Amino acid sequence: MNKTLFDKVWDSHVVHRIKNGPDVLFIDRHMVHEVTSPVAFLGLKNRNVNVLFPEKTFATADHNTPTKNQHLPVKDPLSANQLKALEDNSKLHGISYWGLGHEKNGIVHVVGPEYGITQPGATIVCGDSHTSTHGAFGAIAFGIGTSEVEMVLSTQCIMQPKAKKMRISIDGKLSKAVTPKDVALFIISELSTSGATGYFVEYYGSVFSEMSMEGRMTVCNLSIEMGARGGMIAPDEKTFEYIKDREFTPRGKDWDKAMKYWSTLKSDADAIFDKELCFDGETIQPMITYGTNPGMGMSISNGIPNAKSQKGGVKTYLKSLEYMNYNEGESMLGKKIDFVFLGSCTNGRIEDFRAFTEIIKGKKKAPNVTAWLVPGSHKVEKAIKKEGLLTILNEAGFELREPGCSACLAMNDDKIPPGKYAVSTSNRNFEGRQGPGSRTLLASPLVAAAAAITGIVTDPRTLF
Amino acid sequence: MAYDKFTILESSAVPLPIENIDTDQIIPARFLKATERKDFGDNLFRDWRYDSNNNPKKDFVLNNPKFKGEILVGGKNFGSGSSREHAAWSVYDYGFRCVVSSFFADIFRNNCLNIGVLPVQVTSKFLEEIFNKIYENPKTKLNIDLNKQKIKIIGTNLSESFDINEYKKENMLHGYDDIDYLMNIKDSIEIFAKNTPL
Ligand code: SF4
Repeated sequence: MNKTLFDKVWDSHVVHRIKNGPDVLFIDRHMVHEVTSPVAFLGLKNRNVNVLFPEKTFATADHNTPTKNQHLPVKDPLSANQLKALEDNSKLHGISYWGLGHEKNGIVHVVGPEYGITQPGATIVCGDSHTSTHGAFGAIAFGIGTSEVEMVLSTQCIMQPKAKKMRISIDGKLSKAVTPKDVALFIISELSTSGATGYFVEYYGSVFSEMSMEGRMTVCNLSIEMGARGGMIAPDEKTFEYIKDREFTPRGKDWDKAMKYWSTLKSDADAIFDKELCFDGETIQPMITYGTNPGMGMSISNGIPNAKSQKGGVKTYLKSLEYMNYNEGESMLGKKIDFVFLGSCTNGRIEDFRAFTEIIKGKKKAPNVTAWLVPGSHKVEKAIKKEGLLTILNEAGFELREPGCSACLAMNDDKIPPGKYAVSTSNRNFEGRQGPGSRTLLASPLVAAAAAITGIVTDPRTLF
Repeated sequence: MAYDKFTILESSAVPLPIENIDTDQIIPARFLKATERKDFGDNLFRDWRYDSNNNPKKDFVLNNPKFKGEILVGGKNFGSGSSREHAAWSVYDYGFRCVVSSFFADIFRNNCLNIGVLPVQVTSKFLEEIFNKIYENPKTKLNIDLNKQKIKIIGTNLSESFDINEYKKENMLHGYDDIDYLMNIKDSIEIFAKNTPL
């Protein structure tokens, strides 16, 4: 058979093959948000066509939304206009719309799995590159551009050549305080930000099979940061357990039928990959980034690598350190920080808040640190309150904001000021990503918590 | 949205020899609030181009009148990061029809091909040659022939072939986009939809 998981899902969704061209791929689930959809809807209008299968598209507002006072009208007129456009377009085309204030509102990649829109073996796209998150369920999920959003709305298909296949296997037991985020940052630092360009990655091995579904989402989410089209993990008992009885998952006979398909979803023993990589899980340490792309990560207790040890682009490397105002060889431990951001579709789920709370419990927030704790959805927000985490956070001097993408891309008011340092659980540390001139250190919720109470970069292992 | 056909482009070029240029640099997120495709060219490389008081930064290449043209030449791994098509729009709307680099990020390349910007991937050696020639003489022209899949540095005997998917090439040569194609096979899509397992 020698088919990979990716082959099985992809091939079963090809409507048409164009010789020497892309495949026409059928899309099962489409998520839209306010930023990358308005021009696509405008395109439909100009072509005078309707949405072909409105029940397969789901809309939520997240990129642009405030994380305070969501019950009030949105102040920024441009943001308000975009939100209104999404609402109008959804209504016009009969698409389910979970706007600001709706109980199901949240970041697209957080709410998709929460309500069972995300399912194994599905093809899922969204105009956001971290759509790769949904690969955690054994789906083929990837980000698309606005032209493609228009394609999916009008024809439920996109046209893309099939990606090459890569398998990344990691076995072994993870050490204490090493989280799925660290595993992902480790892989990216090994591969660089372009190391998986052109590939779809399958994660394999005991490290992933032992990981929770939320952890798998964090790993798949970051696949795009090494250039991959997406990442996926074969569904198992944990996956089925997670999706069972969610609002949009099949029930009864439909569930049985779906299970038949889902149980075939793993790479055959003799599957052929274009590239295979193996790492040892036991060697992975808590990670942090020191530069301006996610590939510039290192074990938190190491020194910043020397420019000479970089494979290429010494000039770019030095430019990056200059932006961060760091020097080669320096230790990251002890570096002063100004902001902490816990949130985003990478680490804005309940397990992330549990991890953060575990460290800060009974301690106090450092006075020099501004902390933004932003749940990924209302569902996460409710769980934080119900589990009593909010009380612990409040006692330590933290407050909780309302759900949204927030400082992950800083389109709303949550911007890190120029020159300031933020330890962030999000996914990108590009120049200015979190606000013009902002400096981002990507890390796990544990490292973020350790920084929040000490005011400096701190190894979380010293705080348990 | 349809775009102008691309056949042969001969133009001087703007050099940007920086690696890993990500889409947040090409167009920062705060400029993504539009509901129409308008004014994106003005914000191309916004934070490299202007300081916080909106004054042009003299040392940035787009503010240097010496370098002009419809071709942008960038360092390796151009366009990594976000899936925002706005990045490709801002490149096109600024007036570039072609980006040359030794490596492109996937989504950016795809977005470019969908909207009429031709990504031309060359070897790192050839890229180096282009930068050298442009810095020697900013008026140096590049000739890009899509049909022949050839890029030449005019006034030298340096040239290289580049790859492009045949289907995308046809589209570009005619100014078609994918939706035109998909609309034509809508019946088979609807039949397929009835038989999907999910
Ligand atoms: S949290 Fe960040 S990466 Fe995730 S959907 Fe929002 S903007 Fe995109």
